[in-house]
Amino acid sequence: MTIVESAPVVSEVDLAVTPLRELNARLHAQPRGRWRVLNPRGAHAVAVGIDAPLEVEIEGHVGYYCAGMNKHATVRVRGNAGVGLAENTMSGTVVVEGNASQSAGATGRGGLLVVHGSAAARCGISMKGIDIVVHGSVGHMSAFMAQKGCLVVCGDAGDALGDSIYESHLYVRGAVAGLGADCVEKEMKEHHAAELRDLLTRAEADFDPSEFRRYGSARTLYNFNVDNAGAY
Amino acid sequence: MCGIAGLFSKSPELSGSLGSHLAEMLLQLGDRGPDSAGVAFYRDRVAPGSTKVTLHSADPRQDWQGVQGALADAFGAGEVEVRASHAVIVVETDAEATVRWLRERYPELRVMSAGEAIEIYKEAGLPSEFVERFDLASMSGTHALGHTRMATESKVTTDGSHPFSTGLDLCLVHNGSLSNHNCLREQLRAEGIEFQTLNDTEVAAGYLTWKLREGASLEAALEGCLEDLDGFYTFAVGTVDGFAVLRDPIACKPAVMAETDDWVAMASEYRAIATLPGADDAEMWEPEPGRVYSWDRAPVP
Repeated sequence: MTIVESAPVVSEVDLAVTPLRELNARLHAQPRGRWRVLNPRGAHAVAVGIDAPLEVEIEGHVGYYCAGMNKHATVRVRGNAGVGLAENTMSGTVVVEGNASQSAGATGRGGLLVVHGSAAARCGISMKGIDIVVHGSVGHMSAFMAQKGCLVVCGDAGDALGDSIYESHLYVRGAVAGLGADCVEKEMKEHHAAELRDLLTRAEADFDPSEFRRYGSARTLYNFNVDNAGAY
Repeated sequence: MCGIAGLFSKSPELSGSLGSHLAEMLLQLGDRGPDSAGVAFYRDRVAPGSTKVTLHSADPRQDWQGVQGALADAFGAGEVEVRASHAVIVVETDAEATVRWLRERYPELRVMSAGEAIEIYKEAGLPSEFVERFDLASMSGTHALGHTRMATESKVTTDGSHPFSTGLDLCLVHNGSLSNHNCLREQLRAEGIEFQTLNDTEVAAGYLTWKLREGASLEAALEGCLEDLDGFYTFAVGTVDGFAVLRDPIACKPAVMAETDDWVAMASEYRAIATLPGADDAEMWEPEPGRVYSWDRAPVP
C-alpha cells in the first residue's frame, strides 16, 4: 500500500447517516489527512480526543465538548459551538467561526483556540497553557483561576474577569465589566505587545495591539505570605 | 440536569404542526431528563367567561363522561377531550367557580391547568413514551413549552413533573435546583399559597403566583426571582400570549434561543432547535444571565 503524502483527498462523514462514535473512532485511527464533517446538528463530543495532525472541518453548529482533549489536529467549526468547546486541549488549533457557549477552552494545557464570534461565561476557566483569542466578547467569570497561557478578548469582558488568577496573561481591547479577586491591570511591556501581536496574527484578528490593555495577577492571593502565618 | 423546550409560532402552517415540532424537540432532550416529561400547549382560546380546565386522574378507568356531564349540569360545558391520563373540558363559568366545584365534587382529580388557552399534560416516565402516549404530534397551538425531568429535589411522580401551573394561563418549567425552597415554601404558605409536593420548582411557581397576585407584572415577578430564589435555574414561563425566559445570574444551566420568520424557539441545547425547519439559517443567541427575555403576540383586537 502506498500512502501519498500530499494527496488533496478529503474524507467526508455525514453525521445524518454515520454514528458519532464511528466518526470519532475513524479520526482516532488516522495518522494524518483532511476530513469534512456534515450535518453535526448540535451533536455532542464531535471530533474529541484526536491525537494526530489531522485537519477537520465541521459544517454546522456543534453541541457540547467539541474538539475536547485535542492534540496536534486543526479543527474548524463553520457554525456555533456548545458548552465546553476545546476543553482540556493539549496542542493543535481549534477555530469556531460563530459563537461559543460557556467554558470554552476550559482547563486547556496547550494549543490555540480562536472564536470568531463571542464566547459566553467562564471562557478559559482554569486554563493551564492554552492560548485563546476571541474576536468578540466574553461572558462573566472568564479566566477564573487561570494558570498559564493567554486570553485575548477583542471585544468586552464580563464581570469578575480573572478571578483568583495565577499566571495567565489577559488582554482586553474593550470594556471590562469588573475584575475578579486579585486580578489587576498591568503595564503592557514590549514583550507583551509582541506576544499579543503574534496571537492576533495567528488568529486572523485584525486589531492593533496598542488598543488592548493587559490584566493579570496581583499575586496577593496565591502566594504564601509569612505575615499571615498565624491565620493557618 | 433536565431539558427545556419552548416554541412560539409566527405562521399558521407552523401552528398547525406545533405538536410534532415540540415532540421532536422533547425527543432530543430525552437524555437530559429521562424521569418524566410534560408540556403546556396554548390553543383554541375559549370565549370570555368560559374556562378551559385540564384534569388528571390516577385512575386509568376514570369516568370522564361522568365528570363532563356533571359540569354541564352545573354550569354548561363542552365535550370532554381525553388524552391518556388527562382530559380537557371547557366550562361555561369563570375559573374560580370551576376549580372550587371540581375540588368539592371530584377531590381525587388534579386540576393541571385552568385558563382560556392553556392545556398542561405531564407524566412520569420516558419522554419518548410520553410523546407517543399523549400523541403530541396531533396537537396544534400558537405556542408551547416542554420539559424533560431528571429529578434531584423530590420524588419522580406526575405531580413532581413540569410544567407547574402558576395561575390562569400561566405555567413554569425549570432546569436547575433551588436551595431555599423549604424556607420559601413556608413563607408562601403563610401568604395562602397552596403546595401539593415537596418539589423545589413548585415553590418557584408558587412564588410567581404570589407575586402576580400582589400586582406585579410578569417581568417584575421574574426579576423578583433574582432576589428571592437561591439556587440554579433556567426558567421558561408560558403566558396566554407568549413566553418568557430567565437564567440565574451565575448561569450554570444552559439555554439557547433562535428566531426565524416563522418561529421563536428556546431550548436547553441547540440539538433540539436543530430539528426545526430553517434552523440552519436562524438567528441564534445565548440568553444573558439575570435578564428577562419575553415574546408575545399583539392582542387580538
